[in-house]
Amino acid sequence: MSAFTQSNKIKSLLGPVYIDSVEAVETIINITNLQFAWRRDAAPVLDIAQLNISKGEQVLIEGPSGSGKSTLLNLLAGVATPDHGKLTVLGQNLGEMSGADRDRFRADHVGFIFQLFNLIPYLSVVENVTLPCRFSRLRRDKAIQNGFNVAAEAMRLLTHLDMNDPDLLGRPVNELSVGQQQRVAAARALIGSPDLLIADEPTSSLDANLRESFIQLLFDECASRGTTLIFVSHDPSLEKLFDRTLRLADINRAEKPAIHVLKGGK
Amino acid sequence: MSIYGLAIKSLLNRKHTVLLTVAVISLSVTLLLGVERIRHEARNSFTSTISGTDLIVGARSGRIGLLLSSVFHIGSAENSISWESFEAISRNPQVRWAIPLSLGDSHRGYRVLGTNDDYFNHYLYGRGRSLQLTAGQRFAADHEMVLGSEVAEKLGYKIGDHVVVSHGSGEFSFRDHDENPFTVVGILAPTGTPVDRTLIIDLAGIDKIHADSTLEGSDHDAFDVFLKDADNHEHGDEPEQITAFLLGLKSRGAALGLLRTINTYDKEPLTAAMPGVTLQELWEAIGVAENALLAVAGFVVVVGLFGLLVTLLTSINERRREMAILRSVGARPHHLFGLMVGEATLVTLSGVAVGVALLQLSLLVGQSLIASRFGLYIQGVGLSFNQLLLILLICGCGVLIGFIPGYRVYKYSLADGMTVKL
Repeated sequence: MSAFTQSNKIKSLLGPVYIDSVEAVETIINITNLQFAWRRDAAPVLDIAQLNISKGEQVLIEGPSGSGKSTLLNLLAGVATPDHGKLTVLGQNLGEMSGADRDRFRADHVGFIFQLFNLIPYLSVVENVTLPCRFSRLRRDKAIQNGFNVAAEAMRLLTHLDMNDPDLLGRPVNELSVGQQQRVAAARALIGSPDLLIADEPTSSLDANLRESFIQLLFDECASRGTTLIFVSHDPSLEKLFDRTLRLADINRAEKPAIHVLKGGK
Repeated sequence: MSIYGLAIKSLLNRKHTVLLTVAVISLSVTLLLGVERIRHEARNSFTSTISGTDLIVGARSGRIGLLLSSVFHIGSAENSISWESFEAISRNPQVRWAIPLSLGDSHRGYRVLGTNDDYFNHYLYGRGRSLQLTAGQRFAADHEMVLGSEVAEKLGYKIGDHVVVSHGSGEFSFRDHDENPFTVVGILAPTGTPVDRTLIIDLAGIDKIHADSTLEGSDHDAFDVFLKDADNHEHGDEPEQITAFLLGLKSRGAALGLLRTINTYDKEPLTAAMPGVTLQELWEAIGVAENALLAVAGFVVVVGLFGLLVTLLTSINERRREMAILRSVGARPHHLFGLMVGEATLVTLSGVAVGVALLQLSLLVGQSLIASRFGLYIQGVGLSFNQLLLILLICGCGVLIGFIPGYRVYKYSLADGMTVKL
């Protein structure tokens, strides 16, 4: 297969919608007058007038517990849909998509890293990394294109993240240190080159010295494949590492109900 | 996609609980299939208590009563039939063989059967098995006796022992025929039929003891009519009266015609019955117990499947984090539903597989023991159609049971999204 037909294949996989957005360069996330409440009768927890994030940006969304970070992530991931306003990711209006379509969209285009316990305990390190390829044909095809096969691509990513020690790879994942687990999770989020990587407090369980090197690894990997990084944290000391920081408290117009502060949205 | 691969790995990760659940299901499956098998064999064994015999003939009575008294030796025939009738009917050109049966005496609660050599030649049970001697030989003289296996075992008789027969059928009989002890000359192999509980002597022997004791005794009022009749004749080898007789015909098709002939026999009121049909009728009446047994075994399987449900439901709460991770890497709610159903299916299938293997193994090992202990011949290994149906039913239930945790996980995954509140 020639390089030309290969790239055509990728374009056809991406679909015509993204061709437009690629040419237009390049708002990857657009939020306009978004409101969201967890219950119909409750006050909104999120009310954002305008937010744009461009392709390839590395953005820190910073805010204390209860500022609506988890809610925003659930919206960006298509798990929840806005009550009012418009949320566009990669040119797709998530609010107008069916649940199944949003699931497929997330599987194809979004990688996740959580704060802790990212890994499935009964799968090996490599099986954990290749997990997204089980659910997304697009990401599997891209992984195969980047590497030789899915497992080879997983190994390549793990090597970049300094996790290629055979001894570590053979261990049950819950015997890895937190830092090692987070790097495996990063490899998983990056496999198949998703357009968007959402990291939800991925470093808050790491020591300060590990924290910066982990973020640097993440930056390098995202930059090398043009992945947009949205990094959520309550830690203001990370600001200096990012090109752009959004303080959620500044952009969220919703009044914080006391009950939500108590619940603590992580 | 390959959600079943995940199900297998997830189950292996929880080996201990899963193994216990598989064990519970497999034991309950073994029990259910075993009960079904034994039920089937018991029915077979019962309905083939006597085989190869085309007609049973006795004095006028109900068919079941005739069967009970002549084959099962339960109760007693109210009337006897004359030797002349027996001879006349056995000379019918359709008849291949005829076995006379004379019942009425007993020994320590076991029935004594008077018959002749043809009994050993033609009497068949099960799938055409003939009577086999484990020791000794058939009787050749009036005072010789062959014992059923249970009689020999329970009463501890050996070849050469002397046995005294009494009138009547109870444990304590009217009077012992002390004057005429019989000598044990043969012991039969177990058959799983009433033959095991029978002492078999020559017809002439029965007739002789009754004749002899009447000559001396005076307390035989109850039998006076019967015995006086016997005394008025000169005694040859032929008795005057018998209880019933068995007929083997040259062709099975002749049975119905001969049955009609016998039922309308004008010299004496007689009843003829086809044993196979009558045994079926009897089983329908007493077969309720086997259904109860099957129902109990069925409930045990239900309990086993509930165990599976409990295992899966308790695992859900521990696994909400896992479900959220799977969602975040692109699993859709129906994948998680499939994961649960897949796990339930795998556990059920392995439980059923182990259960079937266990049953076949215990049948292989236990076959000869069951045959010698209970006279129940279990024919080889393998699964019957009914057992296959039961297996399919259990597997179906296992899959359906997976729907319950599957549905809950589906709901959770929609509500939790990727943030797990634990």
